[in-house]
Amino acid sequence: MASHSASLTSAGSQRRGGEKAPAEPAGADKYSVLLPTYNERENLPLVVWLLVKSFEESGNNYEIIVIDDGSPDGTQEVAQQLEKIYGSDKILLRPRAKKLGLGTAYIHGMQHATGNFIIIMDADLSHHPKFIPEFIRKQREGNFDIVSGTRYKGNGGVYGWDLKRKFIRGANFLTQILLRPGVSDLTGSFRLYRKDVLQKLMEKCISKGYVFQMEMIVRARQLNFTIGEVPISFVDRVYGESKLGGNEIVSFLKGLLTLFATT
Amino acid sequence: MTKLEQWVSTLLVLMLVWLCLVQDLLNLGYSKKFHDVLVPLPVYLLVTAGSYTLGTLGFRLANFNDCEEAAQELFMQIQEAKADLASKGLTL
Repeated sequence: MASHSASLTSAGSQRRGGEKAPAEPAGADKYSVLLPTYNERENLPLVVWLLVKSFEESGNNYEIIVIDDGSPDGTQEVAQQLEKIYGSDKILLRPRAKKLGLGTAYIHGMQHATGNFIIIMDADLSHHPKFIPEFIRKQREGNFDIVSGTRYKGNGGVYGWDLKRKFIRGANFLTQILLRPGVSDLTGSFRLYRKDVLQKLMEKCISKGYVFQMEMIVRARQLNFTIGEVPISFVDRVYGESKLGGNEIVSFLKGLLTLFATT
Repeated sequence: MTKLEQWVSTLLVLMLVWLCLVQDLLNLGYSKKFHDVLVPLPVYLLVTAGSYTLGTLGFRLANFNDCEEAAQELFMQIQEAKADLASKGLTL
């Protein structure tokens, strides 16, 4: 069902279905990786090492923006050491004073990003940088506005989930039925966005947590952005402690129903 | 139109059509056999939808990709990363 009326009402929207930024020559692309961190002292150097390895092997131009929300465990000190090792043109430290949430971390990070593409991912090693070249390849292949990593299609998968967590697939099934998003993994947070696309979406999204990731995709569909998918493997919680609270199911359902009723 | 509105309007239309047929408001005069199938149809469809859901969930649960190799690879790369970073001067 074409959402032509939706795109007409979005203020100042420059993007309709047919208009697309011309695919730039590969050499001109720069990829800014946004890494919001909170208490990731052990994981941060590892994820940065993997990112650097992946980008150097694929030859793409990149920068890594670390947005630390005042972690008390020394994450910032580690980040400073990484900046010394890899250079301040590759590792950009843009911390904030306290824990302010993911959405604002992205906005903050984007303000300092010099790339024309933004990659968002988790800094806890659940997302492996080795998939980034595949995201890039997929994006160029279809000139997509967004490429989303999926755990539920192709040979995508998850390591480290017990039976209870695997019932998450049930939640995914529910979101497919209710929202018909055209994307197999709606709550995933390992994605590549064109910078201007992400900026436009951030203006429109108001939810938090998992629902925020879902809302981004739903809004993107409303605005007729194109989305490609790449299967990824998600390795859950190798290091560190889980930051997920007990109310995630309730807030997820609330968010899902809100999106269902408002989009 | 929001998804909720789509669902509600579709369901309403289907319900009205079904009611019309059951009460034979259009005086189409069809056979008793047709009527016998029509009356329990909503319940039947509900049960079918429920079974499909359970079946799909079960299937996906059984075929869940546990990517063991990815975890192994990551563990090895962590060791490699730690050694390399230490040699570059990183102290934890």
